[in-house]
Amino acid sequence: MRVTFTANGKPVEADDVWEGESLLYVLRERVGLPGSKNACEQGECGSCTVYLDGVPVCSCLVAAGQVQDREVRTVEGLAEENGELGLVQQAFVDAGAVQCGFCTPGLLVQTDALLEREPQPSDNDIREALSGNLCRCTGYEKIMDAVRLASARTCAKGPKA
Amino acid sequence: MSTRTIQGQKNLQDIKQSSPDGIGGSPLRPDGNLKVKGEFAYSSDLWHEDMLWGMALRSPHPRANIVSVDISDALKLPGVYAVLTHQDIPGSKFYGLEIQDQPALAIDKVRYHGEAIALVAADHPETARRAVKKIKVEYEVLTPIVTEEQCLDPETHGYVHEPHEFKSHGYGNICHEQKLVSGLGVTDEVRALADVIVSGEYEVGMQDQAFLGPESGLAVPAEDGGIDLYIATQWLHVDRQQMAPVLALPEEKVRLTLAGVGGAFGGREDISMQIHASLLALHTGKPVKIVYARDESFYGHVHRHPARMHYEHGATADGKLVFADCRIVLDGGAYASASPAVVGNAASLGHGPYVIPNVKMHAIALYSNNPSCGAMRGFGAVQAAFGYESQMDKLAEKLGMDPVELRQLNAMSEGDYMPTGQQIDSPAPVAELLQRVKDMPLPPPLDLTNLDVRALPGALSNTSHGEGIVRGIGYSVGIKNVGFSEGFDDYSTARVRLEVIGGEPVAMVHTAMAEVGQGGVTVHAQIARTELGVEQVTIHPANTEVGSAGSTSASRQTYMTGGAVKLAAEAVKQEVFARGRKRYGWTQNDLQLIGGKVVSESAGALIPLVDLLGDEAIDLTREHHHRPTVPFDKETGQGFGHVQYTFCANRAVVDVDVELGLVKVVELTAAQDVGKALNPLSVVGQIQGGCTQALGLAVMEEIIVKDGKVRNASFTDYLIPTILDTPPIPVDVLELPDPNAPYGLRGVGEAPTVSATPSIVAAIRQATGIALNRIPVRPEHLTGTL
Repeated sequence: MRVTFTANGKPVEADDVWEGESLLYVLRERVGLPGSKNACEQGECGSCTVYLDGVPVCSCLVAAGQVQDREVRTVEGLAEENGELGLVQQAFVDAGAVQCGFCTPGLLVQTDALLEREPQPSDNDIREALSGNLCRCTGYEKIMDAVRLASARTCAKGPKA
Repeated sequence: MSTRTIQGQKNLQDIKQSSPDGIGGSPLRPDGNLKVKGEFAYSSDLWHEDMLWGMALRSPHPRANIVSVDISDALKLPGVYAVLTHQDIPGSKFYGLEIQDQPALAIDKVRYHGEAIALVAADHPETARRAVKKIKVEYEVLTPIVTEEQCLDPETHGYVHEPHEFKSHGYGNICHEQKLVSGLGVTDEVRALADVIVSGEYEVGMQDQAFLGPESGLAVPAEDGGIDLYIATQWLHVDRQQMAPVLALPEEKVRLTLAGVGGAFGGREDISMQIHASLLALHTGKPVKIVYARDESFYGHVHRHPARMHYEHGATADGKLVFADCRIVLDGGAYASASPAVVGNAASLGHGPYVIPNVKMHAIALYSNNPSCGAMRGFGAVQAAFGYESQMDKLAEKLGMDPVELRQLNAMSEGDYMPTGQQIDSPAPVAELLQRVKDMPLPPPLDLTNLDVRALPGALSNTSHGEGIVRGIGYSVGIKNVGFSEGFDDYSTARVRLEVIGGEPVAMVHTAMAEVGQGGVTVHAQIARTELGVEQVTIHPANTEVGSAGSTSASRQTYMTGGAVKLAAEAVKQEVFARGRKRYGWTQNDLQLIGGKVVSESAGALIPLVDLLGDEAIDLTREHHHRPTVPFDKETGQGFGHVQYTFCANRAVVDVDVELGLVKVVELTAAQDVGKALNPLSVVGQIQGGCTQALGLAVMEEIIVKDGKVRNASFTDYLIPTILDTPPIPVDVLELPDPNAPYGLRGVGEAPTVSATPSIVAAIRQATGIALNRIPVRPEHLTGTL
């Protein structure tokens, strides 16, 4: 089948998609967006988290056909228009929250979504929001630092215009 | 003249203040921006036009004879390009890290659940999956050899390998054994010297590395008949060394390039899909990509050895240790992997960081039909630490002593001797590290009036509002060796090139070091900056075009490859000075490279590097070997076996819901001596990550193996700590230089994984009063509903 949708604001189409393929597979193997990661492909680790119509989902659990005519935003879409790092991306780099980095794309999307709905989350809010994203390297401390830093910078920047 | 000198010195002062990105600074990762943009190419992200997907058929039985394999139906499936069995292997059919006992594809029998039998290459992963299902294998299923008792009685239960095959220092179903005796050993006379004796049986479950990036890579057949493999691994050269004989290729035709690695922790020390993808690529003449699904990852790599241990300790009434009698049995599973070295570590470190006048130790690794076990962070020291630290708490209780004071009373320090007879010839601040974690402020007590259930045991499940919750505190300390031991000529190679690019002096560092997330790429750039006084450093992709870097394991890469980068950079620096002396007649012997200039303490800045180099690059390669070690004597365990030791102490604070058996680690504090923190940000990150894997082993992580079959090969059922399970981890870093190591540094990555687990168990014991002798601690152990 052919699937057409919007990825990071641009229309994309994928041909000869087998009905059993996930959105994750289509993004990674068919439309050249390998940023979302394939760690468990069972919805347990959060590494493949993307926005689907503005809602964070595990793209491994979304059948490719389900995204027909819908909007997907991946980690590749978190950078600024000019290619500079987005606020959450920069905070993860600055805080040393990226080690092997395989969990990072999913954490970035989930953090972005958290700060969108709650710009000043408490530590327990952060832990609750990110509890679906496994990280094996960092011990999460620097991820906590990164989210706090991103929150502080978001608040310093003021509300979005 | 004097004016010039003064100006020069002023100039030098200014220059010296530059480069916060040298060693001791915390510059950010060079790959960080790519990683947060999703543009960093991990091994599973690789893509090649016209590539095929490879997949393996794996055994559903832990022990069986293979009567027949029929691939004909699989071959008929449209889209299938190849189906291979061991008969299609052109060269040697076996490989292995230390003992070549593992068939690349099963021959006539399978020895563990998940062993690869046949390979498929197809145009889509789903086609490959279907083809794998169409391969018909007829098995004669045999009763697996899985318990210690069965393994040790081969006359009754049989052999995993033939009686005389594939043993190191072992026999029967024992793959390797190491004994150790020090002082008078442990005899009745020695026992009589102790006022108190405590003993215990301890058990450690099978932990998995559970790195997030699955085993994956892309094999591309080359025009010269060789193979180019882009791969996530820990050691490119040892992969090649094992691959070439199987592929029947000379090593120079097997070229490996490191693709992005999504964590390793020991799980990528062994071959996984390297040989399989290469066989398929050479057979089909097309690029072949293999990406393991998560369940295949659990089957396809070695795990941490599960252990059964017996410990007996004797002490005087005032708490001085008199003897330790230890037996450690590690289940190595079907193939040897790194078992011999793991046994060596368990035997030589299994008494802990304590001075014990009389020690008897016996450590063995078994062959069984359980999953193969090999390297995982902590490498043989983790299991033992749970044993000896549990014993220290037991002893303290029996003596009525504070458990930290008992440990400090017996703590080893510089100048003391290991039971192997090796003198500790660098700082060993064991007592101080314990004091540091003890002195750190405690988290506030549980406040029932201002409760957030998310911070309680059970967390989001909302299982308690504070009722039935008891707090406990526990302490521990551990010892780990750094680098490869027992006479292994451990070395690393680095090539450093200094040249002018775009009017700037630029250093290039080329090594075969596997960057697996630990931050070696950052540190190598810091070393080059420091030694060469330049800001711009590029890291060349790691590949087999340069000499071996050894493995990214054993906490050794900063020590070994960092050391090699330092040597190569120093050689480049000397070449710069030699050119200058020859060309300009410099006579000063106090030359330095600082701020992109050749400078002299006495004469000031002499010349910018840009002018000195012109268009003539300096490109030099050096090897760094650590000081030699020797193998342990087989019977007595004596010998200078380890290069360096590293120590970490922990304090755990836990809340336990004693009604439901749920545990929440409230805080896990660490203090570690790192010799010299080359990159403090990365050092702290490594210690926190290591503590978290230790937390996993303490309370949740275990591969459940029943009758040789893996029951939980998924992230749904194999639990690793989430951010909700992981507490704040304050880290206190001590820097006491090791005179034998580059910059005085000490390997960092593993020590916290060794030490942190026992502190958590100790805290749970303190909270509940329950004697816990098995990890991971499960709710049923705490509620008595086992």
